[in-house]
Amino acid sequence: MSSTQDANDATMLGRRTDGTQVRRPLSPHLQVYDMMQMTSALSITHRATGIAWSFGAALMVWWLVAAASGPAAFGWVQWFLGSFIGILVLMGVTAAAWFHTLAGVRHLFWDAGYGYDIQTTYKSGRAVLIGTAVLTALTWLALLISW
Amino acid sequence: MESPRQTTLRTPLGRVRGSGSAKSGTHHWWMQRVTSLALLPLTIWFIVSLATSAGMTHLEAAAWIGHPVNAVLLLALIGLTFHHTASGLQVVLEDYAKPEWVKITSILAVKAICALLALAAALAVLRLAV
Repeated sequence: MSSTQDANDATMLGRRTDGTQVRRPLSPHLQVYDMMQMTSALSITHRATGIAWSFGAALMVWWLVAAASGPAAFGWVQWFLGSFIGILVLMGVTAAAWFHTLAGVRHLFWDAGYGYDIQTTYKSGRAVLIGTAVLTALTWLALLISW
Repeated sequence: MESPRQTTLRTPLGRVRGSGSAKSGTHHWWMQRVTSLALLPLTIWFIVSLATSAGMTHLEAAAWIGHPVNAVLLLALIGLTFHHTASGLQVVLEDYAKPEWVKITSILAVKAICALLALAAALAVLRLAV
């Protein structure tokens, strides 16, 4: 085996009983581990929605800066947010925000030491998914009513 | 020769050099949790406020942002949001960005962008509130 290029590879290198080197799989082992279980899928989605929300936060900055800049700049933001793409982006950010919020609360319970058994994990996972759908729908209902 | 019984997980060399825990090993992890707790009510307030007042005119939006209560909550939201965002994106980059110089450069870039966005947003709020 060739020398390692990356320090992370050191954790993947092992030796067989005959002394020859072998590259050991890291956990989670992508070849045997089903990544599309609800547990791992929600974990990946938590990261993805966090990244997506970063762009939502940038939108908030644009909105605030435009409001402070004057009517012309504010008109541009309102035009974008009201356009087809703007509404699509806002809907995505709303759903991502609610998912990340609810999944974040689930993480805080785990951090406190609760909800680790499989049944509870699946129950809380389903609650996050249903909660995201309900709260996203309610947010857009409120938005459309006040528009 | 039998080695003396080890009573600590620190290596003898590490103890001699005085290296080891700087008593801040969990600081990054802990601050992510603290900011998330603080962001929970602030974010819900912000989403509900905007969702129930869509299509504000410029004057209405400026007045809402400039209102003393809203301005204070917005400033807290801005600071906490970008602290949480920067630390979250940092962890993602630490996990996936390779090689090392790309990792360090991208983490520094993320921190710079988050700091500038937070400053711009805070200045905007202050301009409308003061």
